[in-house]
Amino acid sequence: MKILIYAEHREGKIRKITYENITLAKQLGQPFEVLVVGSDVDHFADEMAKYGAEKVVFYKNSAFAQYSPDGYAKVIAKAVQDRGADVLLMGATSTGKDLGPRVGAILNAAMATDCTKVELDGDDLKLLRPMYAGKVHASIRLTSPVKIVTVRPNVYSAAEAPASAQTETVDAEAADFKAVVKEIISGAQGKLDVTEADIIVSGGRGMKGPENWHLIEDLAGLLGAATGASRAAVDAGWRPHDEQVGQTGKTVSPSLYIAVGISGAIQHLAGMSSSKYIVAINKDPEAPIFKVADYGIVADLFEVVPRMIEELKSKN
Amino acid sequence: MNIAVCVKQVPDTETRIKLTDDHKAVNEDDINFILNPYDEFAVEEALQLKEKNDGEVTIISLGPDRVTSAIRSALAMGADKAIHIKAEQHPADPAVTAEALAAVLKEGNYDLILLGKQAIDDDHTQMASLLAEELDLPAVTVVIKLDIEGDKITAEREIDGAHEVVECSLPAIIAAQRGLNEPRYASLKGIMRAKKIQIEAKEMSLADGQLEIVEFNYPPQKSAGKIVGDSADAVPELLRLLHEEAKVI
Repeated sequence: MKILIYAEHREGKIRKITYENITLAKQLGQPFEVLVVGSDVDHFADEMAKYGAEKVVFYKNSAFAQYSPDGYAKVIAKAVQDRGADVLLMGATSTGKDLGPRVGAILNAAMATDCTKVELDGDDLKLLRPMYAGKVHASIRLTSPVKIVTVRPNVYSAAEAPASAQTETVDAEAADFKAVVKEIISGAQGKLDVTEADIIVSGGRGMKGPENWHLIEDLAGLLGAATGASRAAVDAGWRPHDEQVGQTGKTVSPSLYIAVGISGAIQHLAGMSSSKYIVAINKDPEAPIFKVADYGIVADLFEVVPRMIEELKSKN
Repeated sequence: MNIAVCVKQVPDTETRIKLTDDHKAVNEDDINFILNPYDEFAVEEALQLKEKNDGEVTIISLGPDRVTSAIRSALAMGADKAIHIKAEQHPADPAVTAEALAAVLKEGNYDLILLGKQAIDDDHTQMASLLAEELDLPAVTVVIKLDIEGDKITAEREIDGAHEVVECSLPAIIAAQRGLNEPRYASLKGIMRAKKIQIEAKEMSLADGQLEIVEFNYPPQKSAGKIVGDSADAVPELLRLLHEEAKVI
């Protein structure tokens, strides 16, 4: 089974999920190559080698300096065919979700979105993917000759395994792009997205209003965490919707999820209960969030969080 | 402007999903079905565009007979027409649904095709991209802002930790994300009007698909952990546990 890993990069940086997928491919023990599509991308080979990539293939064209879903999908599909790959591994990121189904449609290949487990089963793949935002897990098989799998970030941790990478460059054709990215508007400086964060500090209705969010931000800052929010907080207009965790927001699997003033509605729990460790801070001992929390403090968050900030500051 | 909105009926977010005894399917008894929340943004955007540019909004949905209630919800918001592609159930492989939707969309000669960025039941998040390839049209997914001037579309889409501004031209496919607009509530008049609209039913034979669900399972249950304390004085102990026991900070 030959695996092709799509290297996701943005603004000159490889996204972490790429290294996670390299680690996954190594665990599966199958031959794999890493595909980089872009314009000025050669320097990525060394970074990929750090995680154990032995072959990196560049499909280059100056037109690829700009992202185009249709344009990128065509060249990825071409690369899958050129390399004779049986499996295309991508990240279940906004880019992977945008591109994967298109490559699938071009190659008549089925796709599994947002897998949390990828296992070898003879010469087939056994895949696990959460549905209903994690309320149930589906064990699935793709029966097409070529299979496309997007893997949820943070599920497989990237492990360094230095190798020396052979490289190959293909001058790829770029068809006329139908849709093209003209500009990237970065979020607040250094703002980490919840789907990629290792630690998330999330606030809910118990925060009482946006004016108190500095507590969430300060705590997150000290922990190098991303900030999240419950639907109640987003519906109230306290926080932007891209921070929302839950069934109508983002599904996350960080190492540590700190729920502050979040009661734990079923649609929120669905989105975060696969976190490795959960801390709940809530003054209501009956709050459902305590049913999934590894550690809880039943007390007023306006006393607990400032104390956490103070303790962490004194340690730094 | 001739607009199509593809919608899906899904269990509401408060539903506790139960499985059939053999774990081969979701038990649909006691499920309250709703119009997929992301599709509401798509319907709203279509209605706003119609109000600005005139035209017609057609709702298209595939599924068993129960999906007509989701279609009615969209009609009640103000859509004009609807097509129901009859199927015993939603196919496991979204590519099968895409193929059927594409066949119907081709007949309609639409300027714009809108849909939600994802259905909150199977969470495949594939439909807009699949339709784009099936119909050979540009598509922008996860859209939070949409401007259309003549034939030119400028859409802002959400990506992880940033936004992208994407340009393309009509006809095109747009997948709506929360934030695009504030969906209206159906008025009583709208609900009455929707009841009178004849939903066009289409029979279609669906392909088998290449994604097989072997079985469903409940996620591993997290057992309640420990309550470290009932006041801020528990903070040092909590931080110690996170550092020494969980080793996450």
